Amino acid sequence: MRIAVIQFPGSNCDYDVVYVLKNVLGVPTDLVWHKFFKNNFYDAVILPGGFSYGDYLRSGAIASHSPAMDEVRKMAEDGRPILGICNGFQILIEAGLLPGALLPNDCLRFVCKWVTLKCETNKTAFTSLIPEGKLLHIPIAHKEGRYFNTKEELKRMKKGQQIVFRYVDENGKITFKANPNGSVENIASVCNPKGNVVGLMPHPERASEKILSPYKDNDGLLLFESMIRFLKC
Amino acid sequence: MKTKTYTVEVIIENKPAARDPEGETIYKDLILKGGYESVKSVRTGKYLKVLVDANDKKQAEKIVFDMCNALRIYNPVVHTHKIRVRGFKE
Repeated sequence: MRIAVIQFPGSNCDYDVVYVLKNVLGVPTDLVWHKFFKNNFYDAVILPGGFSYGDYLRSGAIASHSPAMDEVRKMAEDGRPILGICNGFQILIEAGLLPGALLPNDCLRFVCKWVTLKCETNKTAFTSLIPEGKLLHIPIAHKEGRYFNTKEELKRMKKGQQIVFRYVDENGKITFKANPNGSVENIASVCNPKGNVVGLMPHPERASEKILSPYKDNDGLLLFESMIRFLKC
Repeated sequence: MKTKTYTVEVIIENKPAARDPEGETIYKDLILKGGYESVKSVRTGKYLKVLVDANDKKQAEKIVFDMCNALRIYNPVVHTHKIRVRGFKE
Protein backbone atom coordinates (compact mmCIF):
# COMPACT_ATOMS: atom_id res chain seq x y z
CA MET A 1 0.00 0.00 0.00
CA ARG A 2 1.39 3.41 -0.95
CA ILE A 3 -0.33 6.77 -0.61
CA ALA A 4 0.56 10.03 -2.41
CA VAL A 5 0.07 13.52 -1.06
CA ILE A 6 0.24 15.93 -4.01
CA GLN A 7 2.00 19.23 -3.45
CA PHE A 8 1.01 22.26 -5.53
CA PRO A 9 2.70 25.65 -5.38
CA GLY A 10 0.97 27.15 -2.33
CA SER A 11 -0.04 23.90 -0.59
CA ASN A 12 0.62 24.31 3.14
CA CYS A 13 -1.08 21.38 4.90
CA ASP A 14 0.86 18.80 2.88
CA TYR A 15 3.39 17.93 5.59
CA ASP A 16 0.64 17.59 8.21
CA VAL A 17 -1.11 14.93 6.11
CA VAL A 18 2.17 13.11 5.43
CA TYR A 19 2.94 13.20 9.17
CA VAL A 20 -0.41 11.64 10.11
CA LEU A 21 -0.15 8.90 7.49
CA LYS A 22 3.51 8.05 8.14
CA ASN A 23 4.00 8.73 11.84
CA VAL A 24 0.55 8.21 13.35
CA LEU A 25 -0.68 5.38 11.12
CA GLY A 26 2.60 3.96 9.78
CA VAL A 27 1.51 3.89 6.12
CA PRO A 28 4.12 4.32 3.34
CA THR A 29 3.46 7.81 2.00
CA ASP A 30 5.16 10.05 -0.56
CA LEU A 31 4.93 13.79 -0.86
CA VAL A 32 4.88 14.33 -4.64
CA TRP A 33 5.34 17.60 -6.54
CA HIS A 34 2.33 17.98 -8.84
CA LYS A 35 4.40 18.01 -12.05
CA PHE A 36 5.90 14.59 -11.26
CA PHE A 37 2.78 12.78 -10.04
CA LYS A 38 2.03 9.46 -11.80
CA ASN A 39 -1.03 7.51 -10.77
CA ASN A 40 0.34 3.99 -11.37
CA PHE A 41 2.59 4.04 -8.27
CA TYR A 42 -0.23 4.75 -5.81
CA ASP A 43 -3.27 3.12 -4.24
CA ALA A 44 -4.78 6.37 -2.98
CA VAL A 45 -4.13 10.07 -3.20
CA ILE A 46 -4.72 13.04 -0.93
CA LEU A 47 -4.93 16.64 -2.13
CA PRO A 48 -3.96 18.75 0.89
CA GLY A 49 -5.09 22.17 2.00
CA GLY A 50 -3.43 25.50 1.38
CA PHE A 51 -3.63 28.23 -1.21
CA SER A 52 -2.58 26.65 -4.50
CA TYR A 53 -1.56 29.34 -7.00
CA GLY A 54 -2.47 32.01 -4.45
CA ASP A 55 -6.19 31.25 -4.91
CA TYR A 56 -6.00 33.35 -8.09
CA LEU A 57 -9.13 33.44 -10.27
CA ARG A 58 -10.95 31.13 -7.79
CA SER A 59 -9.64 28.76 -5.12
CA GLY A 60 -8.47 25.60 -6.87
CA ALA A 61 -9.22 26.87 -10.39
CA ILE A 62 -5.64 26.92 -11.65
CA ALA A 63 -4.42 23.76 -9.88
CA SER A 64 -7.36 21.87 -11.43
CA HIS A 65 -5.58 22.24 -14.81
CA SER A 66 -2.30 20.71 -13.55
CA PRO A 67 -1.27 17.53 -15.42
CA ALA A 68 -1.48 15.82 -12.00
CA MET A 69 -5.25 16.15 -12.19
CA ASP A 70 -5.41 14.02 -15.37
CA GLU A 71 -3.65 11.31 -13.35
CA VAL A 72 -6.06 11.84 -10.43
CA ARG A 73 -8.97 11.56 -12.87
CA LYS A 74 -7.70 8.14 -13.99
CA MET A 75 -7.55 7.02 -10.34
CA ALA A 76 -11.10 8.28 -9.77
CA GLU A 77 -12.30 6.23 -12.74
CA ASP A 78 -10.58 3.09 -11.37
CA GLY A 79 -12.35 3.53 -8.03
CA ARG A 80 -9.15 4.30 -6.06
CA PRO A 81 -9.70 6.53 -2.97
CA ILE A 82 -9.13 10.27 -3.45
CA LEU A 83 -9.52 12.77 -0.62
CA GLY A 84 -9.50 16.54 -1.08
CA ILE A 85 -9.07 18.55 2.11
CA CYS A 86 -10.00 22.25 2.08
CA ASN A 87 -8.08 23.61 -0.95
CA GLY A 88 -7.92 19.99 -2.16
CA PHE A 89 -11.74 19.92 -2.05
CA GLN A 90 -11.81 23.17 -4.04
CA ILE A 91 -9.45 21.62 -6.63
CA LEU A 92 -11.63 18.47 -6.96
CA ILE A 93 -14.71 20.67 -7.50
CA GLU A 94 -12.95 22.84 -10.08
CA ALA A 95 -11.69 19.70 -11.86
CA GLY A 96 -15.28 18.49 -12.13
CA LEU A 97 -14.58 15.36 -10.03
CA LEU A 98 -17.09 16.52 -7.41
CA PRO A 99 -20.37 18.39 -8.00
CA GLY A 100 -21.22 21.96 -7.01
CA ALA A 101 -19.20 25.06 -6.18
CA LEU A 102 -17.39 26.60 -3.21
CA LEU A 103 -18.03 30.33 -2.83
CA PRO A 104 -16.60 32.94 -0.44
CA ASN A 105 -17.96 32.54 3.13
CA ASP A 106 -21.14 34.51 3.75
CA CYS A 107 -19.42 36.43 6.58
CA LEU A 108 -16.69 37.42 4.06
CA ARG A 109 -13.99 36.51 6.57
CA PHE A 110 -11.46 33.76 6.96
CA VAL A 111 -12.98 31.44 9.58
CA CYS A 112 -10.66 29.30 11.70
CA LYS A 113 -12.31 27.28 14.48
CA TRP A 114 -13.35 23.84 15.68
CA VAL A 115 -16.70 22.66 14.34
CA THR A 116 -18.94 19.67 14.95
CA LEU A 117 -19.75 17.48 11.96
CA LYS A 118 -22.39 14.83 11.53
CA CYS A 119 -21.58 11.83 9.37
CA GLU A 120 -24.37 11.37 6.80
CA THR A 121 -23.13 8.26 5.04
CA ASN A 122 -20.65 5.47 5.73
CA LYS A 123 -20.72 4.27 2.13
CA THR A 124 -17.61 6.19 1.09
CA ALA A 125 -13.96 5.13 1.06
CA PHE A 126 -13.25 7.64 3.85
CA THR A 127 -16.19 7.06 6.20
CA SER A 128 -16.61 3.27 6.27
CA LEU A 129 -15.56 3.19 9.96
CA ILE A 130 -17.80 6.10 10.97
CA PRO A 131 -21.37 5.15 11.95
CA GLU A 132 -24.04 7.30 10.27
CA GLY A 133 -25.14 10.03 12.66
CA LYS A 134 -21.85 10.05 14.61
CA LEU A 135 -20.61 13.52 15.63
CA LEU A 136 -16.98 14.44 14.95
CA HIS A 137 -14.88 17.38 16.17
CA ILE A 138 -12.62 18.68 13.39
CA PRO A 139 -11.35 22.24 12.78
CA ILE A 140 -11.98 24.40 9.71
CA ALA A 141 -9.74 27.17 8.32
CA HIS A 142 -10.94 28.78 5.09
CA LYS A 143 -12.40 31.83 3.38
CA GLU A 144 -14.00 30.13 0.38
CA GLY A 145 -15.96 27.22 1.79
CA ARG A 146 -19.61 28.07 1.20
CA TYR A 147 -20.88 24.98 -0.57
CA PHE A 148 -23.48 25.70 -3.22
CA ASN A 149 -25.50 23.65 -5.63
CA THR A 150 -28.88 23.92 -7.31
CA LYS A 151 -32.01 22.49 -5.64
CA GLU A 152 -32.44 19.84 -8.35
CA GLU A 153 -28.83 18.76 -8.07
CA LEU A 154 -29.03 18.61 -4.24
CA LYS A 155 -32.09 16.40 -4.50
CA ARG A 156 -30.23 14.06 -6.82
CA MET A 157 -27.18 14.06 -4.51
CA LYS A 158 -29.27 13.20 -1.44
CA LYS A 159 -30.84 10.31 -3.30
CA GLY A 160 -27.37 9.04 -4.24
CA GLN A 161 -26.01 9.55 -0.68
CA GLN A 162 -23.43 12.04 -1.92
CA ILE A 163 -23.60 14.34 1.11
CA VAL A 164 -20.95 13.06 3.52
CA PHE A 165 -20.76 15.54 6.43
CA ARG A 166 -22.89 18.44 7.65
CA TYR A 167 -22.10 21.21 10.15
CA VAL A 168 -24.23 20.65 13.28
CA ASP A 169 -24.46 21.86 16.88
CA GLU A 170 -23.30 19.84 19.90
CA ASN A 171 -26.64 17.96 19.91
CA GLY A 172 -26.32 16.97 16.28
CA LYS A 173 -28.97 19.45 15.10
CA ILE A 174 -28.56 21.18 11.74
CA THR A 175 -28.87 24.84 12.76
CA PHE A 176 -28.13 28.22 11.21
CA LYS A 177 -25.74 28.99 14.08
CA ALA A 178 -23.74 25.81 13.54
CA ASN A 179 -23.11 26.75 9.91
CA PRO A 180 -19.75 28.57 9.82
CA ASN A 181 -19.78 29.76 6.21
CA GLY A 182 -23.33 29.80 4.84
CA SER A 183 -23.11 26.47 3.01
CA VAL A 184 -26.40 25.33 1.52
CA GLU A 185 -28.07 22.84 3.91
CA ASN A 186 -24.96 23.02 6.18
CA ILE A 187 -22.99 20.84 3.77
CA ALA A 188 -19.32 20.40 4.76
CA SER A 189 -18.40 17.44 2.56
CA VAL A 190 -19.60 15.66 -0.58
CA CYS A 191 -18.55 12.62 -2.61
CA ASN A 192 -18.90 11.33 -6.17
CA PRO A 193 -21.62 8.75 -6.98
CA LYS A 194 -19.18 5.83 -6.42
CA GLY A 195 -18.05 7.20 -3.04
CA ASN A 196 -14.32 6.85 -3.78
CA VAL A 197 -13.78 10.60 -4.28
CA VAL A 198 -14.50 12.68 -1.17
CA GLY A 199 -13.92 16.39 -0.54
CA LEU A 200 -14.33 18.22 2.74
CA MET A 201 -13.60 21.72 4.03
CA PRO A 202 -12.59 20.68 7.61
CA HIS A 203 -9.03 19.47 8.26
CA PRO A 204 -9.01 15.85 9.58
CA GLU A 205 -5.18 15.89 9.66
CA ARG A 206 -5.34 18.57 12.36
CA ALA A 207 -7.63 16.39 14.49
CA SER A 208 -5.77 13.08 14.30
CA GLU A 209 -4.02 13.17 17.70
CA LYS A 210 -5.71 13.69 21.07
CA ILE A 211 -3.09 16.21 22.17
CA LEU A 212 -4.14 18.55 19.34
CA SER A 213 -7.85 18.64 20.15
CA PRO A 214 -9.58 20.80 22.78
CA TYR A 215 -12.08 17.93 23.02
CA LYS A 216 -9.24 15.42 23.65
CA ASP A 217 -10.38 13.20 20.81
CA ASN A 218 -8.84 12.23 17.46
CA ASP A 219 -11.92 12.07 15.25
CA GLY A 220 -10.06 13.12 12.11
CA LEU A 221 -8.04 9.91 12.18
CA LEU A 222 -11.22 7.91 11.43
CA LEU A 223 -11.19 9.21 7.84
CA PHE A 224 -7.65 7.96 7.22
CA GLU A 225 -8.33 4.67 9.03
CA SER A 226 -11.43 4.18 6.86
CA MET A 227 -9.27 4.67 3.76
CA ILE A 228 -6.79 2.04 4.98
CA ARG A 229 -9.60 -0.41 5.66
CA PHE A 230 -11.04 0.29 2.20
CA LEU A 231 -7.63 -0.48 0.64
CA LYS A 232 -7.21 -3.70 2.63
CA CYS A 233 -10.67 -5.06 1.78
CA MET B 1 -5.66 39.74 -43.67
CA LYS B 2 -3.73 41.73 -41.10
CA THR B 3 -4.72 40.91 -37.53
CA LYS B 4 -5.58 43.54 -34.95
CA THR B 5 -5.23 43.42 -31.19
CA TYR B 6 -8.69 43.60 -29.67
CA THR B 7 -9.49 44.51 -26.09
CA VAL B 8 -12.09 42.06 -24.79
CA GLU B 9 -13.74 42.33 -21.37
CA VAL B 10 -14.98 39.32 -19.44
CA ILE B 11 -17.36 39.98 -16.55
CA ILE B 12 -18.12 37.10 -14.19
CA GLU B 13 -21.07 37.37 -11.82
CA ASN B 14 -22.87 35.00 -9.45
CA LYS B 15 -26.14 33.55 -10.77
CA PRO B 16 -29.21 35.01 -9.02
CA ALA B 17 -29.62 31.81 -6.93
CA ALA B 18 -26.09 32.12 -5.46
CA ARG B 19 -25.99 34.84 -2.79
CA ASP B 20 -23.40 37.58 -3.16
CA PRO B 21 -22.59 38.65 0.43
CA GLU B 22 -19.94 41.15 -0.73
CA GLY B 23 -22.47 42.97 -2.93
CA GLU B 24 -25.07 42.81 -0.14
CA THR B 25 -22.64 44.33 2.37
CA ILE B 26 -21.58 47.13 0.01
CA TYR B 27 -25.24 47.86 -0.64
CA LYS B 28 -26.51 47.74 2.96
CA ASP B 29 -23.57 49.14 4.89
CA LEU B 30 -22.14 51.65 2.45
CA ILE B 31 -24.64 52.71 -0.19
CA LEU B 32 -27.88 52.76 1.84
CA LYS B 33 -26.14 54.15 4.94
CA GLY B 34 -24.56 56.78 2.71
CA GLY B 35 -28.05 57.95 1.76
CA TYR B 36 -28.27 56.64 -1.83
CA GLU B 37 -31.77 55.23 -1.49
CA SER B 38 -32.40 55.37 -5.22
CA VAL B 39 -29.82 52.59 -5.66
CA LYS B 40 -31.76 49.32 -5.59
CA SER B 41 -29.15 46.57 -5.78
CA VAL B 42 -25.43 45.86 -6.12
CA ARG B 43 -23.83 42.65 -7.35
CA THR B 44 -20.07 42.19 -7.29
CA GLY B 45 -18.15 40.16 -9.81
CA LYS B 46 -14.79 39.59 -11.39
CA TYR B 47 -13.41 41.56 -14.33
CA LEU B 48 -10.80 40.34 -16.80
CA LYS B 49 -9.38 42.56 -19.54
CA VAL B 50 -8.03 40.35 -22.31
CA LEU B 51 -5.93 41.52 -25.27
CA VAL B 52 -6.33 39.13 -28.18
CA ASP B 53 -5.07 39.08 -31.78
CA ALA B 54 -7.90 38.41 -34.24
CA ASN B 55 -9.01 39.20 -37.79
CA ASP B 56 -12.25 40.84 -36.71
CA LYS B 57 -14.47 41.59 -33.75
CA LYS B 58 -16.49 38.41 -34.11
CA GLN B 59 -13.38 36.21 -34.09
CA ALA B 60 -11.97 38.05 -31.05
CA GLU B 61 -15.20 37.39 -29.16
CA LYS B 62 -15.24 33.74 -30.21
CA ILE B 63 -11.63 33.13 -29.10
CA VAL B 64 -12.37 34.56 -25.65
CA PHE B 65 -15.74 32.77 -25.38
CA ASP B 66 -14.17 29.39 -26.23
CA MET B 67 -11.26 30.03 -23.85
CA CYS B 68 -13.61 30.85 -20.97
CA ASN B 69 -15.48 27.60 -21.49
CA ALA B 70 -12.46 25.34 -22.15
CA LEU B 71 -10.45 26.60 -19.16
CA ARG B 72 -13.44 27.11 -16.86
CA ILE B 73 -12.57 30.76 -16.35
CA TYR B 74 -16.03 30.87 -14.75
CA ASN B 75 -17.78 28.05 -12.87
CA PRO B 76 -20.99 27.27 -14.80
CA VAL B 77 -22.65 25.93 -11.61
CA VAL B 78 -22.69 29.37 -9.96
CA HIS B 79 -21.51 32.00 -12.43
CA THR B 80 -22.75 33.80 -15.50
CA HIS B 81 -20.31 35.56 -17.81
CA LYS B 82 -20.58 38.42 -20.25
CA ILE B 83 -18.07 39.07 -22.99
CA ARG B 84 -17.71 42.52 -24.59
CA VAL B 85 -15.33 43.56 -27.33
CA ARG B 86 -14.08 47.08 -26.63
CA GLY B 87 -12.18 48.18 -29.72
CA PHE B 88 -8.79 47.40 -31.18
CA LYS B 89 -5.25 48.56 -32.00
CA GLU B 90 -3.81 48.02 -35.52
